[in-house]
Amino acid sequence: MGSVGAKDVPVLMSPEGRRIDGRKVDELRSLRITAGALRQADGSAFVEWGANKVMAAVYGPREVHPRHLQENNKAIVQCRYNMAAFSVDERKRPGLDRRSQEISKVIAEAFESVIFVEEYPRTSIDVYIEVLQANAGTRCAGLVAASVALADAGIPMVDLLPAVAVGKVAGHVVLDLKKEEDNYGEADLPMALVPQSGRLVLLQMEGHMNREELAKALDLGVLGCRKIYEEMKRALRERYGPTGASGPMEVAA
Amino acid sequence: MSDEVTAEILTTHILDLAKNGRRLDGRGSDDYRNISVEPGFVSTADGSALARIGDTAVVCGIKLEPGKPFPDTPNAGVLTTNAELVPLSSPMFEPGPPHPRAIEVSRVVDRAIRAAETIDLTKLCVTPAEKCWTCFVDMHVIDHGGNIIDTASLAALTALTHATLPSQRFGIAETDTPLAVQHFPVECTFTRLGDVVVVDPTVDEERAGQGRLTIATDEAGNIVAMQKGLVGAFSPEDVKDLVERAFRHGDRLRAIAQGA
Repeated sequence: MGSVGAKDVPVLMSPEGRRIDGRKVDELRSLRITAGALRQADGSAFVEWGANKVMAAVYGPREVHPRHLQENNKAIVQCRYNMAAFSVDERKRPGLDRRSQEISKVIAEAFESVIFVEEYPRTSIDVYIEVLQANAGTRCAGLVAASVALADAGIPMVDLLPAVAVGKVAGHVVLDLKKEEDNYGEADLPMALVPQSGRLVLLQMEGHMNREELAKALDLGVLGCRKIYEEMKRALRERYGPTGASGPMEVAA
Repeated sequence: MSDEVTAEILTTHILDLAKNGRRLDGRGSDDYRNISVEPGFVSTADGSALARIGDTAVVCGIKLEPGKPFPDTPNAGVLTTNAELVPLSSPMFEPGPPHPRAIEVSRVVDRAIRAAETIDLTKLCVTPAEKCWTCFVDMHVIDHGGNIIDTASLAALTALTHATLPSQRFGIAETDTPLAVQHFPVECTFTRLGDVVVVDPTVDEERAGQGRLTIATDEAGNIVAMQKGLVGAFSPEDVKDLVERAFRHGDRLRAIAQGA
């Protein structure tokens, strides 16, 4: 993918089945979530996942801007996924490119699938995702951060939304791609799971997979999401549990 | 009655019908509407097609122009895909900057064309790092009766399949040659209506639906792109089942695009 004419493809899989960073095919990168990382927002979360750093904030339910988007029978969910200019190797032009707009759309639709929007007619629930440091899988990291931020804001939902990308690297179906695997791998498949129903509310794919590989990827992704779900709950317990801190927490340096 | 109320009644009706495996227009859950393509619809383009699926119509025009390769891919040509939901196609669409809806259509079609390696981009390189062909794939949705993605993807593949490199016009070669298309990706879109998942949704079914899933397949048995959109959810088992349906429809759509 995106490697037309590229040279110096790194060795992505060792003969022993270890990946470029030593992980096994079904192993996640390290993940640390901090719920309530900001002071102004109604809800927030900071996610450090591998070499990704993503902040999410939620405002609302509040008045709808622009007004004409208002719906009489439900809240609307608006999402802005944005990558900072300094979040990638080569400076990215600031602002929402087409990729960011597409990601914003599918993330908003994923959340609208689990939020009880009919509880808050004529309002907007605004989800902001800022990618500060990117190393593949930022839409999933953003979704995980935003989901914890929504819970932190007290928005009623069916469930939290864990998300992860599965892919195909050097012929193997692998969990949680890092940058080199995303750049030089054969397929990328981000997904978000509703743990309670076992259904997917976000699903995208690009690359080459046959039916068997796709089936395997879906199953592997579901397992990955269930692990991420545990860390999301841990982060919320840390903030709200009996032993948790009560005020907004400082972002870990 | 307001549009909102009629839409609500229609939605309820569509979902009620779906419970008995029926659809408003009499189709079965796995039936497409009538499909047709007209290659060469626009003579000013280097390749073009008008594709129709039911009431939906998309014109795709290919333009090939000399350009400069991207620095990170000095030996490859450039592919640019764009979709316009022009206001004449639906009361839902307004003039102005591209709506996320239009961006999604162009990116999903682009993803399938690119991932399937439909065109060998290295063959569009004229002089490495200096000169290459830029292939513009522009899709205009002119009538929106639902399922824009499949119609746009069919229009794009048909147009690419029938495109010519205008080498003479730009003094690159003595004769014009056909654009070499090496793979044939097509998109297949489904919408959930309660417990039933129907293929090729109409506008009203899209509105009533609980999630949309698009699966792009190629002729060699690969899934090359997917996109879940709108509010709703699919289980992994649903997805596996829909992949099989997408392959079946894909073979027929491919034959139509290739003029069989």
